[in-house]
Amino acid sequence: MNTGASLADALKPGGVKHRPLLLQTKISNVSSELFYQTATELVALLDAKKLSSVELTAAVIARTKAVDARVKAFNSYDEADALAQAAASDARRSAGQGRGPLDGIPVGFKDVIAVAGQPLTASSKMLANFVSPYDATVTTKLKNAGAICWGRLNLDEFAMGSSTENSAFGATRNPWDLTRVPGGSSGGSAAALAAGEAIVTLGSDTGGSIRQPAALCGVVGLKPTYGLVSRYGLIAFASSLDQIGPFARTVEDAAILLGAIAGHDERDSTSFNTAIPDYRTELKKRKGPWRLGIPKEYFGAGLDPEVAAAVEKAIAFYRSQGCEIKEVSLPHTEFGVGVYYIIATAECSSNLSRYDGIRYGHRAKEAKDIIDLYFKSRAEGFGAEVKRRIILGTYVLSSGYYDAYYLRAQKVRTLIRQDFLNAYREVDALLTPTSPTPAFKAGAKADPLAMYLCDVYTIGVNLAGLPAISVPCGFSSGGLPIGLQIIGQPFHEAGLLAIAHAYEQAHDWKNLHPKL
Amino acid sequence: MNYEAVIGLEVHVQVRTRSKMFTRVATGFGAPPNTLTDPVVLALPGTLPVMNKAALDAIIKTGLMLGCDIAPVCKWDRKNYFYADSPKNYQISQYDQPICLGGSVEIELPGPARNVMGEHKTIPLTRIHLEEDVGKLNHGAADSLIDFNRAGTPLMEIVSEPAMHTAEEAFAYLTSLRQTIIYGGISDCDMEKGQLRCDANISIRPVGETKLGTKVELKNLNSISFVRDGIAHEIKRQLAVVAAGGTLVQETRDYDGQTGASQSLRSKEMAHDYRYFPDPDLMPVKVDEAWKQTLRAECPELPFDKQRRFFEQYQLPYTLTSVLVPDHAFADCSVPLSDRSLADYFEETVKLAGSDRAQSVGNWIVNDFLRILRVRQEAYDEKLQLPRLNDRELQKDFDSSLENLGNRETFQSLKNKITPANLAELVSEVAAGRLHSGTAYQVINAVASSGEAPSIIASRAGLLSLPTNSAELEQWCRESIAANAKALAEFKTGKESAINAFKGPVMKAAKGKANPKLVDETLRRLLAAS
Repeated sequence: MNTGASLADALKPGGVKHRPLLLQTKISNVSSELFYQTATELVALLDAKKLSSVELTAAVIARTKAVDARVKAFNSYDEADALAQAAASDARRSAGQGRGPLDGIPVGFKDVIAVAGQPLTASSKMLANFVSPYDATVTTKLKNAGAICWGRLNLDEFAMGSSTENSAFGATRNPWDLTRVPGGSSGGSAAALAAGEAIVTLGSDTGGSIRQPAALCGVVGLKPTYGLVSRYGLIAFASSLDQIGPFARTVEDAAILLGAIAGHDERDSTSFNTAIPDYRTELKKRKGPWRLGIPKEYFGAGLDPEVAAAVEKAIAFYRSQGCEIKEVSLPHTEFGVGVYYIIATAECSSNLSRYDGIRYGHRAKEAKDIIDLYFKSRAEGFGAEVKRRIILGTYVLSSGYYDAYYLRAQKVRTLIRQDFLNAYREVDALLTPTSPTPAFKAGAKADPLAMYLCDVYTIGVNLAGLPAISVPCGFSSGGLPIGLQIIGQPFHEAGLLAIAHAYEQAHDWKNLHPKL
Repeated sequence: MNYEAVIGLEVHVQVRTRSKMFTRVATGFGAPPNTLTDPVVLALPGTLPVMNKAALDAIIKTGLMLGCDIAPVCKWDRKNYFYADSPKNYQISQYDQPICLGGSVEIELPGPARNVMGEHKTIPLTRIHLEEDVGKLNHGAADSLIDFNRAGTPLMEIVSEPAMHTAEEAFAYLTSLRQTIIYGGISDCDMEKGQLRCDANISIRPVGETKLGTKVELKNLNSISFVRDGIAHEIKRQLAVVAAGGTLVQETRDYDGQTGASQSLRSKEMAHDYRYFPDPDLMPVKVDEAWKQTLRAECPELPFDKQRRFFEQYQLPYTLTSVLVPDHAFADCSVPLSDRSLADYFEETVKLAGSDRAQSVGNWIVNDFLRILRVRQEAYDEKLQLPRLNDRELQKDFDSSLENLGNRETFQSLKNKITPANLAELVSEVAAGRLHSGTAYQVINAVASSGEAPSIIASRAGLLSLPTNSAELEQWCRESIAANAKALAEFKTGKESAINAFKGPVMKAAKGKANPKLVDETLRRLLAAS
């Protein structure tokens, strides 16, 4: 168990030595395999005609076929379609009509993002046979950028969970230890990257669903500011919290993917009309030193000592680079999980009512009447966690309870956001652990409340609508990845990426891959 | 004990916009089932609503016309309930912050006679809010089919205060409200197409009591006369229950206009908990002063204001204004003219004919223009309503004869022939004595068919009166007087009507083209001198 003393050590100049980490036996050496390279490296090869997108895509497909029976990152993929897209990309490039840094790069999609003509299941029996007739806005943007839409990645059903065990199609496993979970809900998106089954992937983050699996699988995951990326075509869990964001092996790749999907969309009223900078150029231009805050509430009881130690080393690194490290307080942090489970469940109870077996999706057989049809279809179509949250959300919105729960939670949400904005008067960004523990064993958290606490460090960011990134910052003694969370200011993704990039450039974590 | 009824109406009006409330797909009536849909209308996974500003403009305009306070922010809420006609199983609506608050509707009750203006009253409004319409269920024997074409159409809900006391007041309220909305171009309010729907909340209480009694909600009042009949029936039913010593229960009842009976749908115990909460997919929209000013400038003169202006400016009688403006008496008639077109036509014509001929213009429109329109429409409709024939060959003949039927006459198509210029000319010719009413009647019928100017038609047909300086006329008059000594004697002894005996021969000599006014004048002049 970590104590306040170690945080104090970290805050003291020179308090923690920055030591090189001993590589564990299960960690393979730096890989030269195509499927473990970054988009940045691969595009250079594509542009130099040393590689074709068809070769790259075929390598990713072969890798997926080799490992996915064990990892189970994918719900579905369409090999022929991916190769056809790759051939089209190669033709463009040959004709001198390449579309930039994502043209020809296979991108995996969390199975809540609509791709026309492909299954869209949310890992739910309810949508097991649903094929989307339309593209999400991010899908359209990526297609326009020439990216290869590659496969639909597993998740906790309707993005509700922190382990990707709540999937109707089977749990995804952590490539670093197949007996452990990859985190969730975007577990498939994180595991696929760690296992070399995609070059970059998309996830969605409602309470930590990008950052926590990124931390547990040793990859980079960015949750953008609420409103930066269009939600049109993202299956809604909690509308006021959901954001689509990139997973990548490097901060630079994440910057490229974010640049491709960000921007105002007239199909999403909550998307913000703001100029999108060239994140990739910005992250190289911005060089600190930064004023970095350490929220003391994020280093208390429940934090694994090895995670604490790794994060403290990262803090020490920033100090060594001349950054000002300052302890700050986010006093309403303790209410975050409670507020989240009121707002998120309230919204989901309404968002998921469209799954009724009438127009599409699972429809129960032999229903007596329409009410019976609703009951049976939803009873059969939804898993236990989804039902639990619908019931909770229905309850908190009920007449007579609304003021006590939903309205009160919205007020506390405002206080939580204010905490962050107050901190940003003194600091540029905040450094915290992403997850209180490294990846846990599959089946270890049968108690829903224990599972909910996985998101204790990530939830506040969604409630406040802020951007945050998780970058690998070391390994546990058991060889499990640990993530550093950096929380930025609204719409300051460029600065956030630069801070993460500075750390990443000085460390080797990105070059390490699990043995599979 | 004496009881009074208390009535409040909830009126739903589809706003006439090209696209739906929260997506770009077109609105419409009568299209093949489920063709006016898109991923948003069908609530496919991942879709999001985006507000149609034209619908918000329309409701703000309605609010401005009815004197409502316009909220500074338009906020959206979700009303959650499961039903198969509702694709999301929640309806996007406005709960605690409707866009329009307060306001009122001026109504006119029936007068003592049809040609006498009735009492005017003001019925206060509670609120008007905007929401989206649902789809339509078609129940079959074994299954039910859903058509989502209507789903997502912008819908205004206009809620009155419980401030009406008779079925007649409710009827007058609905007709006035409907007319105002049509005047504003907000909706066509066609009840047959479901563009206007009405529910009534009805209770009774002892006269003098201020607390409301137990409320019954009456649904499915799908024509304006059903609203009147249904409410009258419900008041009677409630009075009968109380008179028999019974207790009224809060419930929703379904009124069947065909049988004139109602039956209970559900009681209060089965009432929904809609779990309203702010829709997180839609940002609140600020409505600033400039926006309201722009819309205020587009608001038309209200019907009753126009009627009052017609009284004053043109000294028109109620019998004309009530048709031209028009009032409730014509709102439900077979010639749907409850928009501004007739009043505009009147004023365009008066501008050309001169204000002193306003009443004459009004008479021609009300008596002749509308007569021609009605006769032509009824003739067309009659042909269309022939029963289907059993014989296939006969049916074929009949169908092909329909192809030759042409188009149904409309206000606009008739106005294209009897243009304001043509009508003004006709009125001027009559006033100048060149046409007399008997022949003018034939002329307007001809104008209605050819669209030619009345003067051209009249002169071609030889219907114009002879010039006033005709020497012939005086000659014919002299001859007529000379030929009828008996009438001359009678006239001389003071029998005024004897003059008519001289007129026939004059007209005969003139082959009907003499100006009757001039004939009369000439005869009198000659008689006085003789």
